[in-house]
Amino acid sequence: MSDDLKSGRIVIVGASLAGLRAAETLRDEGFTGDLTLVGDEPHPPYDRPPLSKQVLLGRVPAADVGLPARRPVDARWKLGVRASGLDPATKEVLLRNGERLPFDRLLIATGTRARPWPHPEEARLDGVLTVRTVDDAHRLAERLDAGPRRVLVIGAGFTGSEIASACRERGLAVTVAERGPAPLVGALGGTLGAFAARLQRAHGVDLRCGVTVTSLTGDAGRLTGAELSDGSRIDADVAVVALGAVRNTEWLADTGLAAGPRGVACDAGCRAFDMYGIVTDDVFVAGDVARFPHPLFEYQMLALEHWGNAVEQAEVAAHNMVNPGPRRRPHLAVPAFWSSQFGLNIKSVGVPTFSDQVTVAQGSVEEGRLVVVYGYRGRITAAVSVNRAKWLEHYRHLIETAAPFPPEPGAADRPASPKVVPSDVPDPRVLSHGPTVALTGHLPDRRLAVVRPMA
Amino acid sequence: MSTETLLERINAYASRPDPYPLYTELREHGVARQDDGSYLVGTYHEIAALLHDPRISSDVRHRTHPDLRDRPEDLPPSFIAVDDPEHDRLRRLAMRHFGPPHSPGRIDALHDDIVDVARELVDGLRGRDRIDLVDDFAYPLPVTVICRLLGVPREDMPEIRGWTNTIIASLDRSPDEDPDGRLRAAAQARVSMAGYLGALAQRRRERPADDMISALVHDDGPEGRLTEPELTTTLTLLTIAGHETTVNLITNGMLTLLRRPEALERLRREPELMPSAVEELLRYEPPVQMLPQRTPLTDVEVGGVTIPQGVPLFLVLASGNRDPLRFEDADHFDPARRDNQHFGFGSGVHNCFGAPLARLETQVALTALLHGLDAPHLVEDPPPYRHSPILRGPRHLLVTGDVAAGAGA
Repeated sequence: MSDDLKSGRIVIVGASLAGLRAAETLRDEGFTGDLTLVGDEPHPPYDRPPLSKQVLLGRVPAADVGLPARRPVDARWKLGVRASGLDPATKEVLLRNGERLPFDRLLIATGTRARPWPHPEEARLDGVLTVRTVDDAHRLAERLDAGPRRVLVIGAGFTGSEIASACRERGLAVTVAERGPAPLVGALGGTLGAFAARLQRAHGVDLRCGVTVTSLTGDAGRLTGAELSDGSRIDADVAVVALGAVRNTEWLADTGLAAGPRGVACDAGCRAFDMYGIVTDDVFVAGDVARFPHPLFEYQMLALEHWGNAVEQAEVAAHNMVNPGPRRRPHLAVPAFWSSQFGLNIKSVGVPTFSDQVTVAQGSVEEGRLVVVYGYRGRITAAVSVNRAKWLEHYRHLIETAAPFPPEPGAADRPASPKVVPSDVPDPRVLSHGPTVALTGHLPDRRLAVVRPMA
Repeated sequence: MSTETLLERINAYASRPDPYPLYTELREHGVARQDDGSYLVGTYHEIAALLHDPRISSDVRHRTHPDLRDRPEDLPPSFIAVDDPEHDRLRRLAMRHFGPPHSPGRIDALHDDIVDVARELVDGLRGRDRIDLVDDFAYPLPVTVICRLLGVPREDMPEIRGWTNTIIASLDRSPDEDPDGRLRAAAQARVSMAGYLGALAQRRRERPADDMISALVHDDGPEGRLTEPELTTTLTLLTIAGHETTVNLITNGMLTLLRRPEALERLRREPELMPSAVEELLRYEPPVQMLPQRTPLTDVEVGGVTIPQGVPLFLVLASGNRDPLRFEDADHFDPARRDNQHFGFGSGVHNCFGAPLARLETQVALTALLHGLDAPHLVEDPPPYRHSPILRGPRHLLVTGDVAAGAGA
């Protein structure tokens, strides 16, 4: 049985971080069979975090962000081809070019794409861009090189804020429009949202919160600016649409899998559920497209757009694809992500949105160096550091052990009188951008999961 | 059974060649209170928890028993001996000129220099049938490198070596000696060394060169510069820590390989294993065996034991590195070991400032020795050790054989 799992045919749909790391792990674990990777982009796997940072600053050319190979994977690469469907009965992946790829086990790692501007005509204006792929980043970097008079960033989540930071570092005028009350508030809550708002303004960002962009305007096909819901108008040559991500699950629409706008539901071992909540044994999921139950967050299904999650989940999925039941491992890693913007390193462990209260446990907002700890019903569920990342290991342990909130006093750099305040995490629906961490309820069945489209 | 405490037995000079059985005993005790009220921790996960805990201070002024503070307060403490936010500020101002994000190329730029220094030293061994690996190689290599990096004139090094030895001796806790005398001598050495480095910094202020001291005194960063006392204390720290531990790492490394001819041969055949072999050396024979200056700022519970506020807390890193609950086959030296998150450089906010330099120096040094020495053999095993149980390493490592037949080819 075990030997059978080390051979046969494995297809991985998705040739980015999760797909590559899964392929490497399969070979590390002794898989000797046929391995095929399918990717809709023409490029070999590359690293996305630099696309909204170093690439936009011109420090790293967009062509130089390829992911290092940890080992040879001896795979067939089908790049520039999109998967269009899946036949669960015959166990074949259908490609848009008509090809059919038979598999014994399948890994779905199709990730997400940038949510487009909702008005297609406006989206086609020259100067309206999104940033998700290396080609997107290359186009935006070229636009920024040309010295636009003003850049409009729509959506102040992590991607939008990092893009605004890069613009300011290049000395470009930038307006950020966000429907929510502050930048990053959807991921980090009120305390750090207010901090981020002050930070952006101190760096010269024209930050407009509580407004939406009602239309993008153009002249002869070129973007000229935008109209905002408060009646004001912005003149801009470039508009970056940073409204969050859309999960690439449409190709699975009629397969009977529990796949929908919130991702593909899977169990703790990365095995996909079908639409009745029955777990499959030959279809696995990893990375941004996965929704998986996490015991630290009341077994709610989490959907994470994090680099670290893509790596860890891909490794667990790959291990479980080539090992029999008793040797399978759960994906239990505590979620973690980082961002760099406006000269600061922001790092998070746990799920800050799974909280009702926060406290500044170390440092202070005034210093601009601090650790904010999040609690939910009296236990610690997350911590976010600003220029204090090395302390997070301590809080990760507290999260894993469900330590009481607020954390025990005694830290050398604890504020004189730490206050516990509401975490003020807004409903994602009031934000411009989609959440990068989504708590998506307990049910794997997409028919039962309530999916509210962005209004 | 001895009435000595475990800490006293570890500190005893007779334990220096092989303290590891005592560490095994320590791990069996869990978090171990000593008769003098201090606490010893030698298990991996408990050490990790304490290294990352913001309630554990590195500043001995927080000890409740004044006799145990044991540090003259004539100079401000360096950043390894203070807590955040002060530690963070001092370390950051120094790091601006040493590593990323402000100086990402500083260490890489030293690579060719280090290779040249190592090759010259190995060439100098040519024709000798007996060498002292410490005096002839492991000491001069990092000293030359740290002098170049900081901008300390090479000819002043003997004086610095004297001060360094006196300061290091004060870290020891041997009950049979007069600790006051050693502490006074160390305080004097600190003052002398700070005076010397302050004068050197003044020369660089007037006439900058391409070195780290010049960069520090001409820093125009947003947070300003180190004050004069901060500067001299930081430079003292970087000078001492910048070579002292690397000498032991290189020497412990060669000792370990000479005891294991199969590992030595494998590294010759597979030079690409050198980076992981150095990580394994940092686990297996770390140059810093324990951190002696931690103190809880409040009662802290770890491993089911409450360590009271203000007591001396010793984290025995070398014991954590051999913890079988963390490392498979922990007493086995495996140059290709994976998942090797050792405490050779500590962990947490105080993790080794110079780690990237020490890694590079040791990789280059061992590579040069493996290819420069033919059929080397240990003259005596165990070799004579230096006194310190904290910064542990051989005083001399005599090696014989056709020592330099292949050198300089």
